[in-house]
Amino acid sequence: MARSTFVYVTYIRTTPQRLWAALTTDTEFMKRYWFGVHCESGWTAGSPWKMLSDEGNILDSGEILESDPPQRLVIRWQHQKMPELKAEGDSRCTMELEPSGPAVKLTITHTIEREPSKFISAVSGGWPKIISNLKSLLETGATAMDEAYPK
Amino acid sequence: MTERHETDLLFKALADASRRKLLDLLQAHDGRTLNELCEHLAMTRQGVTQHLDVLEAANLVATVRRGREKLHFLNPVPLQEIYERWIAKFEKPRLKALAELKRKLEKANG
Repeated sequence: MARSTFVYVTYIRTTPQRLWAALTTDTEFMKRYWFGVHCESGWTAGSPWKMLSDEGNILDSGEILESDPPQRLVIRWQHQKMPELKAEGDSRCTMELEPSGPAVKLTITHTIEREPSKFISAVSGGWPKIISNLKSLLETGATAMDEAYPK
Repeated sequence: MTERHETDLLFKALADASRRKLLDLLQAHDGRTLNELCEHLAMTRQGVTQHLDVLEAANLVATVRRGREKLHFLNPVPLQEIYERWIAKFEKPRLKALAELKRKLEKANG
């Protein structure tokens, strides 16, 4: 079956535990690198998962398919806000954390079983900025960008 | 790996026309095998493999194993870091100056 996939890799000088918390339970930290957005979930396999805007609107939702802290997280992820993206159905986002010398290698793979995919195109613009901000915030205590789309 | 070493690898990887072409090919269509990439370059298979190794060392290409195949993906994260470090920083003063000019002109009109 045709599929659309994006893979993002970065090396962050931190510990797997800190990075795991930054991607899951530490919502205040998440808002700082994810441009005000945060995710809510129990973070165990089978838990519902949702992503919320600054104002508390649901942007995306789904469930945790696999959770092996602090190494591997798989999310069933469906967009909720824009009808044409929602209509594309479920995508799958896999986050893998591997120690690599003094750093942690973070690999994010986002896949949907269709090609082309407007959803994957839409998220592809955001992920590099979010990941770059996450790296910068964990390593230096400051984000590289304050706004996703600077004026 | 130090940050400076990573930056050197990144710019060295970009300083070659064949490697930039490989990035363009992956940008147009991600998840390609070595064979698919070889079709688009007038170069030996070994040559393409070496260029892909340099791109992978610079973290510009990520590989995923699917069965017996190795698929190559463009990893745009280091390019975003170049943008923030080497472009956004330098355009900020000019954007600020333009915003200031706009404010003054609009004030003069009003």
